[in-house]
Amino acid sequence: MNSLDSALAGKLMVICAGAGGVGKTTVSATVALGLAARGGRVALVTIDPARRLAEALGLDALGNLPQVVDVDRFGGSGVEMQGELAAMMLDAKRTFDELIALLAPTLAMRDEILGNPVYQHISTAVAGSQEYTAIAKLYELEHGADYDVIVLDTPPSRHAIDFLDAPDRLIGFLEGRALAVFLRPTGHAIRAAGVAFAGLRRIAGTGLLDELIALFRQLSELLDGFRQRAADVRELLMDPASAFLIVTSPERAAVDEALFFAAELDRAGMHRAGVIVNRVHPIDPTDLDVAVTAARLAPILGSSLAERTARTHAEVQRLAQRDAAAIARLRSALKSEPVSLAERPADVHDIPGLMALREELFERDDEQGTHRHIAPVGSRDGENPALQQR
Amino acid sequence: MIGKRFLLVAGKGGVGRSTVAVALGVAAARSGLRALVVETAGRADVTPLLGRSAGDPLTEVELLPNLHHVTIDRRGALEEYLRREVPGPIPAAVLGRSSAFQLFVEAAPGMSDLLTIGKVWELGQRPRHTPHAHPYDLVILDAPASGQLVGLLAAPGTFSRIARVGPAARQAAGIERALTDNADVGAVVVATAEQMAVTEALGLQATLSERFGVEVGAVVVNRLLPARFSLEDGLALAAAPDDPAIRSARWFHARAQAQRVEFERLVGQLQAVACITLPLLFEAELGLGHLEHLADLLVGRNHEQPG
Repeated sequence: MNSLDSALAGKLMVICAGAGGVGKTTVSATVALGLAARGGRVALVTIDPARRLAEALGLDALGNLPQVVDVDRFGGSGVEMQGELAAMMLDAKRTFDELIALLAPTLAMRDEILGNPVYQHISTAVAGSQEYTAIAKLYELEHGADYDVIVLDTPPSRHAIDFLDAPDRLIGFLEGRALAVFLRPTGHAIRAAGVAFAGLRRIAGTGLLDELIALFRQLSELLDGFRQRAADVRELLMDPASAFLIVTSPERAAVDEALFFAAELDRAGMHRAGVIVNRVHPIDPTDLDVAVTAARLAPILGSSLAERTARTHAEVQRLAQRDAAAIARLRSALKSEPVSLAERPADVHDIPGLMALREELFERDDEQGTHRHIAPVGSRDGENPALQQR
Repeated sequence: MIGKRFLLVAGKGGVGRSTVAVALGVAAARSGLRALVVETAGRADVTPLLGRSAGDPLTEVELLPNLHHVTIDRRGALEEYLRREVPGPIPAAVLGRSSAFQLFVEAAPGMSDLLTIGKVWELGQRPRHTPHAHPYDLVILDAPASGQLVGLLAAPGTFSRIARVGPAARQAAGIERALTDNADVGAVVVATAEQMAVTEALGLQATLSERFGVEVGAVVVNRLLPARFSLEDGLALAAAPDDPAIRSARWFHARAQAQRVEFERLVGQLQAVACITLPLLFEAELGLGHLEHLADLLVGRNHEQPG
């Protein structure tokens, strides 16, 4: 069945990942809306939504916590909102600052770190900080237990996998011998550090080095907190109630990236909920002979329009066949049925548009008879049906 | 466009930057220029378009006569930088393997982007700084998506302001000067006629010219549908009975109209920048023939001046 219902049953956390430009933000908004319509308190964390989508969801308001989307916004779109949708736009810098504030043992330490010029660049400019803060926010929201399901849109990374590595990178960074070498050089490490420092001084000068060392010393005070947080995040990502939805377009490069990411998830022991292929041209391989179709349609459309119509159909079907081949490739490589979303004439950035996508992703309530029940929030080790299946 | 030394091909993810970058490379190579297409972060999206596999990182490979390709990865760029720039008693390989040094590269603001953009800059030097390397007439950067490109271009400035002193800060300041406000550096912004892609293209065009002094030679609107159906045709199709071919034509017409709205918004706001359109090719995979066709359109007479 072309449906996400069974794949998402019992999930507490849905992470949408994929190459840039495939429509992750739209898909994650659709999934969150679909789950909320079914009856659940759903939080949607987006990274960089299109302005009109942000407006449609009321994301223009400030704040680094999800805000409930006013139910009036769904009025007239035929949605019966059984649950509640809250949405937020991630502010990477602010999330990073909040984490430091939470983990710093004293206010003075917090201020020292937040004021360090190197920290200010790390928290905004350095590659990976957005991935890390996305995951930190996920953890914070999950821990707060205010929501039944959290749907996360991931940053527009060229490598979706950066996202998975983020907590490990942080642990590795803080626990690694390298940091110890900087902070407490002993024995053999003194010589190694001596070599590295000589090279660094040669290249970077001492000013930057001193600021970096100062920051490392300050961050090392927070090490236990970081270590615990990173371990918790890792556990959260491994949890069977956390699942990744891989989003792709039918284009070769995006499919390559999706397959690579799926393999990395499998290797890491994380859980795939499914693959969504966005922007699929629906296949309808009849009437492909342009001359025959044009002749058949000529009495209705006139010969000129009939010829253009027949030619257009043959062209669009060439793309449809490419898309079908991409879906077949995903199906055979991943041993699961991809869910397709049809290519639309224009970007989706309003509630009715999201509702139309939802019809394709989820089974309709009237066909199903009953509303699928979202798993209640429970302790992470017993009450969750997804856990019990394992 | 291909008269520059450096050409940045920028735009939102998924709009076809790699296709445009390699088509520009084909155009340059055919006009007798020795051209290089550069990808970053170890990616090689360009080579499959020409039915080739990529070389190892930092290995320059000839894909077609006069058209070369290289992908830059951070570790390779670091080791090469150390070999070149840190003469003296500490061997580059030892330093490159030093965990303290790698930590520094991870943590120093802009250092990793600096190494990447520094390598791009080196690829355009005549003579090359890398021993035995051949110079290029044109270096085309298949740039990362918008936000990351800004980080990459800002890296030399970020680093030189933070480090202030030392050889790396001086080099960074040198690269910043070489890549900004320089007539040898140009950019092409790629978009599709969709809302987000157009918005990002307009933002990038402004950022590149105002913040970095990089002239945007053209905005390329990729995958544009032709105006095949008139408004009357649209009404006739809407009134016709449901049929596979008629459904395809209705979809095509609706899409072409939606594209028109975004295309006109783009052209209306671009002011002095030329807009080049490339058609949607109804092909499963693009091959050399298609890239040559796109190359003709990019450097030919298909330029639609705004108005």
